[in-house]
Amino acid sequence: MEKVIVCKDLTKRFGDFIATNAISFEVYKGEIFGFLGANGAGKTTAMRMLCGLSTPSSGSAWVAGYDIYTQSEEIKKNIGYMSQKFSLYEDLTIFENIEFFGGIYGLSGKEIKEKGWKLVEKLQLQKEAKKLVASLPLGWKQKLAFSVAVLHDPKIVFLDEPTGGVDPLTRRQFWNLIYEASERGITVFVTTHYMDEAEYCNRISIMVDGKMVVLDTPSNLKRTFNASSMDEVFYQLARAAKRSE
Amino acid sequence: MLRDKRTLFILFGMPVVQILLFGFALTNEIKDSQILVVDHARDDASQAIITKLGASRYFKIRKEILSPTEIQDNFREGKIRATVVFPAQFNEELEHFNKAQMQVLADGSDPNTASLVTTYITSVVRDYQSDRTPLMNVPYQIVPEVRMLYNPQLLGAPNFVPGVMALVLMLVCVMMTAISIVREKEMGTMEVLLVSPFQPFLVIVSKAIPYILLSLVNLCAILLLSTFLLGLPVKGSLVLLLFESTLFIICCLSLGILISIKAKSQQVAMLISLVGMFLPTILFSGFMFPVENMPLPLQVVSNFVPSKWYYCIVKSVMIKGVGFEYIWKETLILMGITCVFLVISLKSFNVRLE
Repeated sequence: MEKVIVCKDLTKRFGDFIATNAISFEVYKGEIFGFLGANGAGKTTAMRMLCGLSTPSSGSAWVAGYDIYTQSEEIKKNIGYMSQKFSLYEDLTIFENIEFFGGIYGLSGKEIKEKGWKLVEKLQLQKEAKKLVASLPLGWKQKLAFSVAVLHDPKIVFLDEPTGGVDPLTRRQFWNLIYEASERGITVFVTTHYMDEAEYCNRISIMVDGKMVVLDTPSNLKRTFNASSMDEVFYQLARAAKRSE
Repeated sequence: MLRDKRTLFILFGMPVVQILLFGFALTNEIKDSQILVVDHARDDASQAIITKLGASRYFKIRKEILSPTEIQDNFREGKIRATVVFPAQFNEELEHFNKAQMQVLADGSDPNTASLVTTYITSVVRDYQSDRTPLMNVPYQIVPEVRMLYNPQLLGAPNFVPGVMALVLMLVCVMMTAISIVREKEMGTMEVLLVSPFQPFLVIVSKAIPYILLSLVNLCAILLLSTFLLGLPVKGSLVLLLFESTLFIICCLSLGILISIKAKSQQVAMLISLVGMFLPTILFSGFMFPVENMPLPLQVVSNFVPSKWYYCIVKSVMIKGVGFEYIWKETLILMGITCVFLVISLKSFNVRLE
């Protein structure tokens, strides 16, 4: 299977503090990879390195086949990103946002129109297409943000706690979007606090105190830790952690 | 409350700073103003008046024989506040006719200072007049012919219009740019932009461009209002003025970018802009309070305030109508300041990406 992310001993140090401690793993094409861990475990730092937002202290990694040290510009063209805090401009309309991000990722005017309308129809937001994003409820904004993040059909999309603060139904709908993207061949790299969402992933990894302590499918993990839910698995591992936010 | 150092500083520090500033630095009094004396007479009377003028702490006297054109040059370069000219037969005229004339020329582009300077000079002259009179029955009359250059009616507009221009441009460019970039950081969209192929340098440029255009529009509005409403047109070259203004705008923008990199929230950005930029512009640019009245350390500080140089340039071009030959020094300094800001912000931006 094609590997879209390869990490070897990736480390990030801030002075004496080792935020990410020599993590090594691989992610395959089309996978939904859950990147879990408590607050302060080093998840966000690791993700920032993979996105090209920060330079590692040591170790190596390749994202979409490109080296994160020397080819970060190429990486940026091939990934999508949805941040925790929000990715869309509230005082622009839905379509203006689509045009903006489409333009940044190099889509032609025609492509933007086509894909844009397809997106809007899929989310059934045709009537709101010319309205400001600020007027949408939170759940819709998140679905929209995700759709915009994959508008340019990136190889991998990084989602940093995408479903914070929405009701379970909306979360379910959001995950449907993620499944569809995965079926299209887009690899989804998602961090989350919700352990039930961990069950939706193909494989998950859990970080504790900067180290990656487990990496396996949810069912294997439950078996290994003799737990009935991912919640319990997480609890057993996180209990031993020394760092918290 | 005692632990909140910042509030403590505001509560206790500010009043002290203000008293010091207003007591020593920000004053409209005349101190050490540069006066040129052209003494064609070089006789007892003129010497006596000159000595009196020099004795006060108000003036710094420079004695030279210059032609009218050379005197004009000195004013254009902004080197002197006023010129006192004694005609060749000064004392003789006083002796024979009990009446003599002398000329006082003042730089009217700063009407407040100009009127104060001429008042002091004429009072010194009257002083000398009354000193000499007790020996004679017929009083002496020395008539100083006072002329305000560039601003004969001593209108206020020539003073505050350039000041307003500096303030407005600084406000829009520095504060608005800073807030706009910080808002992007606060909203979280900055992160998304950084992850995208959109180069960080271009992000900043694209934020700056609307404000450049806005500032130029503002500038034109001010100039139009000044010309048609206040009766103060641009005496010098409009093209030169626009060029210098664009330079100043870029300077302010780079300052705004620098602030946006260091500031963590929009409120902090606004605060730094106001306290760090707006206030020094009002206080140190020479707009409200003459710089030469301030103690030397503050005069040095005022040299680092870019609006001081811009204000000087605008006054020269707009009020005095001079050409580039007279303001190349100030232009160079402004360019230098701009480069420094740009270099620092570019360097900081790359580091901040971490």
